[in-house]
Amino acid sequence: MTGLLYALASLGAFALLAGLILAIAQKAFHVEGDPMVDKIDALLPQTQCGQCGYPGCKPYATAVAGGEAEVNHCVPGGERTMLQIADLMGVEPKAVEEEAAAPRLAFVREDECIGCTLCIKACPVDAIIGAPKQYHTVIADHCTGCELCVEPCPVDCIDMLTKPELLEHWSWPLPDTKRSQIAHERREQHAGHA
Amino acid sequence: MPATLRKLAQRLGMMAHSFPGGVHPEQHKVSGAAAIEVNELAPVHILPMKQHIGEACSSLVSIGEHVLRGQKIAKSEGYVSVPIHAPTSGRVVKIEAHPIAHPSGMGMPSIFIESDGDDAVDQTLEPISDWQNSDPAMLRERARMCGLAGLGGAVFPTFIKLVRDQRFPIETVILNGIECEPWLTSDHRLMTEFASEILTGMRMIKHMVGATAGLIAIEDNKPEAVAAMREAVSATDDLNDVRVVELPTRYPQGSEKQLIYTLTGREVPAGKLPMHVGIICQNVGTTKALYDAIALGKPLTERVVTVSGDALPRPANLMARIGTPARLLFARQGLEDFSGLQIVHGGPMMGERLKGPDIPVVKSTNGLLALSASAMAAAHTVEQPCIRCGHCSEACPISLVPNLLADQCRADQFDKAADYQLFDCIECGCCSYVCPSNIPLVHYFRYGKGQIALMRREQAFAEASRRRSESRDARIAREKAEKAARRSRVRKTHAPKTDAPAPAAAGNDSAADTKTEEDR
Repeated sequence: MTGLLYALASLGAFALLAGLILAIAQKAFHVEGDPMVDKIDALLPQTQCGQCGYPGCKPYATAVAGGEAEVNHCVPGGERTMLQIADLMGVEPKAVEEEAAAPRLAFVREDECIGCTLCIKACPVDAIIGAPKQYHTVIADHCTGCELCVEPCPVDCIDMLTKPELLEHWSWPLPDTKRSQIAHERREQHAGHA
Repeated sequence: MPATLRKLAQRLGMMAHSFPGGVHPEQHKVSGAAAIEVNELAPVHILPMKQHIGEACSSLVSIGEHVLRGQKIAKSEGYVSVPIHAPTSGRVVKIEAHPIAHPSGMGMPSIFIESDGDDAVDQTLEPISDWQNSDPAMLRERARMCGLAGLGGAVFPTFIKLVRDQRFPIETVILNGIECEPWLTSDHRLMTEFASEILTGMRMIKHMVGATAGLIAIEDNKPEAVAAMREAVSATDDLNDVRVVELPTRYPQGSEKQLIYTLTGREVPAGKLPMHVGIICQNVGTTKALYDAIALGKPLTERVVTVSGDALPRPANLMARIGTPARLLFARQGLEDFSGLQIVHGGPMMGERLKGPDIPVVKSTNGLLALSASAMAAAHTVEQPCIRCGHCSEACPISLVPNLLADQCRADQFDKAADYQLFDCIECGCCSYVCPSNIPLVHYFRYGKGQIALMRREQAFAEASRRRSESRDARIAREKAEKAARRSRVRKTHAPKTDAPAPAAAGNDSAADTKTEEDR
């Protein structure tokens, strides 16, 4: 009988101790906000293009984390981003509806620019510099290619140019052997069905 | 231990200080006995704006400008960069993209200089004869000004290594005369013919980094070079601590980290430099160029190029000006028709396979090879499944597991590949060389590395964009709050009883945007 009591007492003490540790841990390692939003936001390409129907990457991440939006709305992120988000959320992947266009850059034709600053206000990443009645220009290294500046321009002087391929950014393709081609095709197929 | 036994042990990888793996490819050093010939001036020299590892240069000359040999024509942008000099006197005819020795076949902006035949030299740089008493920092600046980069093939800016750092005192200077790539003999001839210059260059390095000991490493397939260097060492009195070490031939012994381990038993950790283990390693060609730069005041405008290959009638070692078109060098040695041939820049193991001979000699050009299809490992077209024989792991000098890494790269499992230390791979090609299934392992690693680099670049760009977007949102919210506060102040003065509207934080971009616009 005493054995039983000892066991009960000691187990109870352990349970109390564990509960205490957990309570302290919860206070000590408390996380502000929803970590899921930040995690999803980190996976997004941050073009802030709004093609998902939300005004930016963070709002879309918030919507996905809240279960309001599907995981497949990020167009520039494409399949890779969709798979990563689905993996993170633990939901079924869904096919990306829109194909991502090749990365592009905005370019202001300065001769035609009237200096209205509308594109500067539209740029979500502050990649356009200029002042009223001065030429505006796009900082190529900062442009995400979101096209949000094209529409507001009253004189249509903004072109979307194909991003030039840099020698430093060139990378090796897969070896051109039959085996690697077959493997690649199989992978594509899997990704398509997933 | 008798020498032969030691050699045997080293060959079998049984010595304490012997890097693992390695292979013994056919030597093909057919131009080893051919003395260095001076190549004639080319009618036009082509100088790509980047001939080193690091940032590209920007041009200092304009079209039509007359330049002298050794005149600086492009300045470095950034720290890891060295300037480029005119290889001969003449006129700048154009600046445009030209193909370079790069696997992409893409062009690079290049300066074209038409020779005037005078070869007049720019003499603004004074020779420093009293270098023993000169400030090391000044000599280091001279090495940078003269455009010195590692001539063994990696072309890392030399001046960066030639530093005295209190935290990492340099004990040993290693001269790398291994030249383990098949076919190449440029370092071999340089050591045989310019032993005393190289040795003086080594003394300069020792003075600059404050090292006491020195090692000159040469493989045993170059007995003339060993003899010449030994003679030069014994002819100099102040080199008590310098030894010429003859190492048994093994590829890739000339790789810096492998050589340091073989000679000293010290391992250079991943991501660190030899200076972190108290060693500086320089190629013999670079050392000769350092001598030229300091003692003769000559910037780097020429180098020894081995022109060889089984399809070339007369293999040779040529002292060629930087910028000389490769086609001219081949033609000089009797090769004009390139159909069906594989042109290689560098050695066959690590060099770039080119689509044609239309590239200029650059600082990294230690060899130009014309190989017939049969000599080139033609096998790399049919890739068979891996049979798990493990030869690649045995051959890997870094002790990686190449077959596993290749599987991961092929399946785009880049995180795993990075965990298995993909980035420690030096792309020496030993694994591809020994693979009985002809798997182009190194090609897979290059693919994997490229994809990982791409992802990291994208991630960094996304992170920067996010920061900019967040700071923009914060700015808009702040402006809005300020405006609201101003308005409420105005209202308070006019109608003190109304409640001030609380300054709202920006809900989302577009709403904030329209609001600010309205306010304006």
